[in-house]
Amino acid sequence: MIDQITHLLGYEFAQNAVIAGLLVAVVAGLVSRFVVARNMSFAVHALAELGFTGAAGFVLIGLSPVLGLLTGSLLTAVFIATLGQRIRERDAIVGVVMAFGLGLGVLFITLYTRYASEAFAILFGAITAVSRGDLLLLGAMAVIVIVGLGILYRPLTFASVDPVVAEARGVPVRLISIVFLLLLAAAVAEAVQVVGVLLILTLLITPGATAERLTAHPGRATLASVGVALLATLGGIGLALATTIPVSFFVTTIAFACYLGARFGPLSRGAR
Amino acid sequence: MIVGQAPGAVPEPLTALNRDGSAIRFDRATLGYGPRIVWSDLSLVVQPGEFLAVLGPNGSGKTSMLRALLGLTALGAGGLEVLGSVPRRGNPAIGYVPQHAGFDRDVPMRGRDLVGLGVNGHRWGFGGLTPVERSRVAEALRAVGAERYADQPIGRLSGGEQQRLRIAQALVGNPRLLLCDEPLASLDLRYQQEIAELIGSWSRSSSGTVVFVTHDVNPVLAYAQRVVFVVNGRWAAGTTDEVLTSETMTRLYGAPVEVVRVRGRIIVVGDATGSGLDLDEPYEFPDPGADAR
Repeated sequence: MIDQITHLLGYEFAQNAVIAGLLVAVVAGLVSRFVVARNMSFAVHALAELGFTGAAGFVLIGLSPVLGLLTGSLLTAVFIATLGQRIRERDAIVGVVMAFGLGLGVLFITLYTRYASEAFAILFGAITAVSRGDLLLLGAMAVIVIVGLGILYRPLTFASVDPVVAEARGVPVRLISIVFLLLLAAAVAEAVQVVGVLLILTLLITPGATAERLTAHPGRATLASVGVALLATLGGIGLALATTIPVSFFVTTIAFACYLGARFGPLSRGAR
Repeated sequence: MIVGQAPGAVPEPLTALNRDGSAIRFDRATLGYGPRIVWSDLSLVVQPGEFLAVLGPNGSGKTSMLRALLGLTALGAGGLEVLGSVPRRGNPAIGYVPQHAGFDRDVPMRGRDLVGLGVNGHRWGFGGLTPVERSRVAEALRAVGAERYADQPIGRLSGGEQQRLRIAQALVGNPRLLLCDEPLASLDLRYQQEIAELIGSWSRSSSGTVVFVTHDVNPVLAYAQRVVFVVNGRWAAGTTDEVLTSETMTRLYGAPVEVVRVRGRIIVVGDATGSGLDLDEPYEFPDPGADAR
């Protein structure tokens, strides 16, 4: 099996997959910490599904599906940020926007009858189909998200744990939540490359949720989250290269195993 | 005593008070959201080291008053000075203690980290505290008696322990003014007394000014030199004995209200005070101003 993997790593498609996996895992691990802290699972889901609509639309007019994904999820982020002024409104708005966008996606897919595989790739991930051009785009997006989170890190942590006090201390809570939503949209567009729209939560929720069960130290939790995302993504790509089973299956399985381990294993900080 | 918006009441002239040295100065201040006036024509001077309790029913604009002091809400009319300048967001000389709201049980954060956010949580970027800052955090934890659980996850601590940490977080920057928004709400009676005592003794030992919003004056009776009672856009300020009388309360509510003193406790009752307006009624909902967050 190891031989098979090393042999395949000589090919460009496999190298691209590993590099893309690295980029995606680091971004997803970092973002996941805050997605979990801010209870934004539903928003992640909506950003991904409307990313799908964007990708389907772009494919229909002959443009890059990766760009379409990014456009779709960014537009959704802007929409949610503009309309969802209050937390309790946000859930409903996400649902309203998601339902409509997915309807559009169905239309685009129906109109684009040539390759059903395009749709399948967006829904379930197709990291082995990442080109050098895609890699540049993914790299640029990763840099933006990582640098953005680096700048926001402390006030975002403050605003996620105790928004009322953070605001009183002068943290621009509203601005930060909008910027985070945009960074999240970019991270979603990245992670879709590996696991697809339908399995996005495995990279944007599970690592952060796993990290919370491992340590109460905020910095270590962030590192643990990135570690889980790396393990699941690279492990998943490796196992997929050695077999004929899709990457997504292995990524979701490894991530889930990590969560179970963190929840019930010897490293768990316990559920009192 | 000063009473606002009551017929025939003349506010004390501000010139009689020490303008330059005051910690807070409301000057005929009015605050409202859209067409709704929360309170109006508030003139009040708080001296450094003073402990002022802000009382009133839910929705009377107590939280809005703190938001105005924090520079988060602009006044509709009138003037406001905080520590000698106009209110501005993120003033490091102001500490803020919120109402107790439990943290998520699994949030990866220890007491020490929460207090640390009071030092650097508002700064852009990432990275930890310097050794000097770490020792300031340790000092703040010691001051509130939270060392024992400083390294435990905050989500697993009791309400009283979490409030102690929030006070440490507010005090770690050595503020001159401490704004407290219902810090006792939803705490057990014993914790209420402990937290009130902690804030009262900080005010005494460091000559820090405290503005303490509370629906129940009793836990802070021993510490509050003055109270301001706000209701229906009207207000009255003075000592507890001056303000919390049947006459003043009846005038503020515009309907018969009786103030009863039983075993050292003060209870305000009356038809007009309705369900949410009894001072002893458990606090349930934040002011409408809090919704704007």
